[in-house]
Amino acid sequence: MTGTPQIGRGRKGALFLWLWKGVKVALTVAVTFLGLLLVTFAISRFMSVDPVLRAVGDRASQSTYDAMFLEMGLDRPVWEQFWIYLTNVLSGDLGSSFLTKRPVIDDLARVFPATVELATVGIVIGTLFGIPLGVISAVKQGRAIDQIVRVLGLVGYSAPIFWLGLLGLLLFYAQLGWVAGPGRIDIAHEYSFTATTGLLLLDSAMQGAWAAFGNALSHIILPGALLGYFSMAYISRMTRSFMLAELAQEYVTTARVKGVPEWRIIWVHALRNAAVPLVTVVALSYAGLLEGSVLTETVFAWPGLGLYLTNSLQVADMNAVLGGTLVIGAVFVSLNLLSDLLYTLLDPRTRRQVRP
Amino acid sequence: MFIRARLLATAAVAALALTTAPLSAETPPDTFIQAWAIDDMITLDPAEVFEFTASEIIGNSYETIIGYEVDDVSKIFGRVAESWELSEDGKTMSFTVRQGKKFASGNDLSAEDVVYSLVRAVKLDKSPAFILGQFGLTPDNVEEKVKQTGDYSFTLEMDKAYAPTFLLYCLTATVAAVVDKDLVQSNEVDGDWGYNWLKTNYAGSGPYTIREWRANEAVVMERNDNWDGERPAMARSIYRHIPEAATERLLLEQGDIDIARKLLPEEIEALSQNPDIKIQSGVKGTIFYLGLNQKNEHLAKPEVREAMKWLVDYDAIAETLVKGMKKKHQTFLPEGFLGALDENPYSFDPAKAKDLLAKAGLPDGFTVTMDTRNTPEVTSIAQAIQQTMAAAGITLEIIPGDGGQTLEKYRARTHDIYIGQWGPDYQDPHTNATFAQNPDNSDTAASKPLAWRNAWEIPELTAKADAAVLERDAEKRAQMYREMQEEVLATSPFVIMFQESEVVAMRKNVEGYIIGPSFNDNSFRAVTK
Repeated sequence: MTGTPQIGRGRKGALFLWLWKGVKVALTVAVTFLGLLLVTFAISRFMSVDPVLRAVGDRASQSTYDAMFLEMGLDRPVWEQFWIYLTNVLSGDLGSSFLTKRPVIDDLARVFPATVELATVGIVIGTLFGIPLGVISAVKQGRAIDQIVRVLGLVGYSAPIFWLGLLGLLLFYAQLGWVAGPGRIDIAHEYSFTATTGLLLLDSAMQGAWAAFGNALSHIILPGALLGYFSMAYISRMTRSFMLAELAQEYVTTARVKGVPEWRIIWVHALRNAAVPLVTVVALSYAGLLEGSVLTETVFAWPGLGLYLTNSLQVADMNAVLGGTLVIGAVFVSLNLLSDLLYTLLDPRTRRQVRP
Repeated sequence: MFIRARLLATAAVAALALTTAPLSAETPPDTFIQAWAIDDMITLDPAEVFEFTASEIIGNSYETIIGYEVDDVSKIFGRVAESWELSEDGKTMSFTVRQGKKFASGNDLSAEDVVYSLVRAVKLDKSPAFILGQFGLTPDNVEEKVKQTGDYSFTLEMDKAYAPTFLLYCLTATVAAVVDKDLVQSNEVDGDWGYNWLKTNYAGSGPYTIREWRANEAVVMERNDNWDGERPAMARSIYRHIPEAATERLLLEQGDIDIARKLLPEEIEALSQNPDIKIQSGVKGTIFYLGLNQKNEHLAKPEVREAMKWLVDYDAIAETLVKGMKKKHQTFLPEGFLGALDENPYSFDPAKAKDLLAKAGLPDGFTVTMDTRNTPEVTSIAQAIQQTMAAAGITLEIIPGDGGQTLEKYRARTHDIYIGQWGPDYQDPHTNATFAQNPDNSDTAASKPLAWRNAWEIPELTAKADAAVLERDAEKRAQMYREMQEEVLATSPFVIMFQESEVVAMRKNVEGYIIGPSFNDNSFRAVTK
């Protein structure tokens, strides 16, 4: 008697569960963004910086100052200012930067691709080197190679990026001439193609401007490798500890007893299982790089998000700061969702949990 | 397994090496590339531009009504104006505009454009509008006061009979740059005088046009073929935003830029040893000083004010910390200005300072704070002053802050001592009368010159400054400024220390670069390489 309805409930229940999961994700995202905006807004309001003075300059007369004060809406109560901003954001308007007077969305569309390009090169390098090094280090635990990898990681962790960046420039750019210097592309190549996506490597390659592509690559490789080194340090350490945990598992012993070749045990069996938590590690590293690295961007004159946000923050350019924060929030949320999704693909157990 | 890993690594390194073929380290022959920090730029509209970088860009892309010789500021000439004549009562100046000039757009430049530009600047009322406002021009009356009288003539009526040179120098400022009326008007939205458009666009007649400004990245300028002067050799001139001095140095040494503009003394020192590089410097009008707030009971004593002037080791700082970038200068008018006084009576003399402090009833010194902008240069000067002040028992506490934070306190008069700089807005001595003028010392005053910011109440000196701006005889006027400088030197709460120089480093093959007394005089139109 109870059997048949249960099956029906089960099917509806599955649908309901999926829906519920969707709603939950949407709610989490909404709350995250609201919280993010609220905190950023509060911080910038309580910062001891006068945004009006920054916008009009030191020589402005009192009347110019007052006019700007009204224009910025600073005469209204703080909650009202926040509410106005929030309703604008919901209708897709991030406002204009007080400083550049341009729509924040345009500014972001210009600086974010620069950061995306750099971060992507960085994370690719970091992952390509970080995972194998971590695995080797775990397999050869306590041996010389393990020590070397760990020291490399430690240096990557603790060396100031500013210093490493300048040193890299000095060696590879000034002394050896292997790579191009600071900036994204040389003037000579700048107008040989149109920047449609803002990702210079992609744009130049799609339009067949190979000389420009080579130049852009030559510019990005050093800062990219530097960021790659930093994420490599983190990724290799995490890989090492995940692999150590896996290699101690019983299925590894079983595989060995069965005579599975050692390389297969390490690179296929164990790494596949270690890959699940590694996805989160890589995603978070990538998200970290996408925030923009202020110091790297300064040394390499890279016009990215980090530099933009820092500059805006220093002058209390509210709309720009909030817009940039939204972008970073969106990056984190979407990469988190993506790694959740990859989890379900990589780990059958998580799939089963969702299905009733 | 190891063989595989090694193979992989070798392949990766080889791939890296292949993608980075040897580079030609040379800028294109028809392009002049400058590295500078351009993050202070907020606009390209001459009615609003007040920043160093943007005013230099305006100076090279627009033409002002009047100009002066960069190596002798006293020699004034007409740029857009051909001639001018003052009325009998000294209140109305009639200008004739040069004929045959064209904007980059191809439109003719006539008196209509000049009048439009002045009216527009006053009506928009942005930061530099006060330069024109000094002559009684307000958003309400400017259309009656600045009038077109013919295709190539217009008049400007002032509220008082000011010294004519005062007006003419103010018309050399970027706020008096002539904009293309037709072009700007065609981009006007809701009566905004084309303000939102001109912020990021160009409507001028100067040697270069502004093709593109990418904030914190680059400014791209191109030769204006409609300009009536000698055709510039460089077809393009590009500013790259390179905020790091060490990075600028590397780029310059590699030949990826032609000139580096934001270098610190150590980079200059190192670059001067390089045979491919040359150093060029020019004196700027910027004054570096300490402001002693008279609301502080100790600093308000005349003996203490004087003692402070004996407690800075001017020579040591100029010779070491800021070598080549600043030189000793103690009067409020920069060298080259009408009536500038070349007198530097103060030196580091702790014994004299101690006597003065004893007379002020403070034989054991006192404790005082100094709001200090946290840049390496300002901080190092502040620390040097901290040491020399200690020689007379004064404990100087340095309060670090960023530019905005220190400035906010200064403007609110809540500082003890402020260390900072003042740059002239135009080349007339009145621009620095801010050191000697304070019409109303109350907290709610409408006018807030530097003397007000330091709460220095000086009705007599203010009257002298007011009189000087009305003196039409140049020699008499110069004498008045000399007297004012003597008095400020002796009694003021300003410890004026240095005048700044701009030092740049460039590739040896670059010729014709001009460093002028103000940033809008810096010029690259004659550059060859």
